Amino acid sequence: MKAAARRRPRLQIFKDIYPTTFTALAVSSFAVILAAWLLVSHLGLVDPVFLPKPQNVLAELIRQLGTGEYWRHIWISVFRVSAGFLLACAAGIPIGIFAGAFRAGSAVIEPPMEFIRYMPAVAFIPLIMVWVGIGEWAKILLIFIGCFFQVVLMVADITRRVNPDLLHVSYTLGASRWQSIETVLIPAIRPELVTMMRLILGWAWTYLVVAELIAVNSGLGYAIMKAQRFLNTEQIFVGIIVIGLLGLISDRMFALLHKRLFPWV
Amino acid sequence: MTSSATGTEARITIAGLGKVYRSRKSEFEALRNIHLSIGKNEFLTLIGPSGCGKSTLLRVLAGLEDATSGTILIDGQPIGGPGADRGMVFQSYTLFPWLTVRENIEYGLKLNGVPTLERRRVSDRYLRLIRLEPFAKAYPKQLSGGMKQRVAIARALANKPKVLLMDEPFGALDAQTKQEMQQILLDVWEKEKTTVVFITHDIEEALFLSQRICVMGANPGRIISEHIVPLPAERTEETRLLPEFTAMKRDLAALLKH
Repeated sequence: MKAAARRRPRLQIFKDIYPTTFTALAVSSFAVILAAWLLVSHLGLVDPVFLPKPQNVLAELIRQLGTGEYWRHIWISVFRVSAGFLLACAAGIPIGIFAGAFRAGSAVIEPPMEFIRYMPAVAFIPLIMVWVGIGEWAKILLIFIGCFFQVVLMVADITRRVNPDLLHVSYTLGASRWQSIETVLIPAIRPELVTMMRLILGWAWTYLVVAELIAVNSGLGYAIMKAQRFLNTEQIFVGIIVIGLLGLISDRMFALLHKRLFPWV
Repeated sequence: MTSSATGTEARITIAGLGKVYRSRKSEFEALRNIHLSIGKNEFLTLIGPSGCGKSTLLRVLAGLEDATSGTILIDGQPIGGPGADRGMVFQSYTLFPWLTVRENIEYGLKLNGVPTLERRRVSDRYLRLIRLEPFAKAYPKQLSGGMKQRVAIARALANKPKVLLMDEPFGALDAQTKQEMQQILLDVWEKEKTTVVFITHDIEEALFLSQRICVMGANPGRIISEHIVPLPAERTEETRLLPEFTAMKRDLAALLKH
């Protein structure tokens, strides 16, 4: 009989792996998707109208990025996302801190927010059109509605998780209630606020595409919709990929910001 | 039960203090009829089993919780809420993680609007006292548990409080570090001469540090007995080997068994 020297399993829960291994795995994961795409489209398993060849999509991407029109689409979309997202954060973060810091604030603010949160933002589109028409504000408002309630509830939750002893210490060092909010509560939640914003920005991009269904003639969502009308699948792919890339860039920016701003975490 | 060991004027006067936690269904008497007077520059330790209300007493002293009955006077003035005159060191690590060691120490001074240069002079002095000068620019996450507690002590003292309240500050440290910390604390107290109210459930720690020990009992939380520590003012590692030390350790252990 063989002595049962138990083999340690290759995949260990939470165990770190080499950074090079991590990168290699991440790259090959992309490579597998691309390979599958190449295979399926080149073998002619699927009609190119439904699934264009990767190299055609790449060619289309380069062609589109060579035109000023496509950059205008990108620019207006980035503007709408940023405006809706920043407004949601500017309004939602202070309200969330108030709800998280004070029990009475939580009672007043959170139940209605929880209620509204479950209403799909998309269902507000007709209402938004009645309220603000079909101009730029309609798109910004939809993204705002999609993000704002989430921001408030997440910030309230983050605020409540601050160690109460940190506040107690500040009181015994002479801090007033306002000073303890300013010098303890807010600094303590900053890293998690940035993480929260990173998450919410992803949602904002989702709402953008929905927002650009409303009577528009510009933006990446519009470009995708227009391509669909002409069954131009390459262009649909280009639009999706560009949005994906923009999301990736903003996500990396937030990650970098987090690292730069909070070396103490 | 109202004498202070040093015979000096009282800094803290606690009279008839009681604390009851009430909920709709139950009532819990955490403290009953506490009378205690603590002198200026006295080092007093409260010792007792868990649930005897020693932490509650300290939190009431800090003003973090309200008493149900009785009064607390600091230099003859009743306390109202927490304030800078009563600094506190907690058992859990409570350094502000986003501030460096120096900024943590200067936190209270900054609140009070002390100018930068003066703040720096004070933090330099305390960094030296707690022997952490090379770590002035470090963040708390880079420090060991013992170092964190030293900074917490410095942060409280830099504020020049009348009273330093310590809630089992060395409870989470290993035995070796604990002894080292006790020595550092005594050195600092020797230089600062503030009033210290210290909580522990470690008899040896209480004996080594304090001039007077109050033994507390549970259900309801109350002071059972008071003991003047009959040891020389100067405490060293040899102090732990003195016959008085071991004798009193035995007596207190017997008291706490009940």
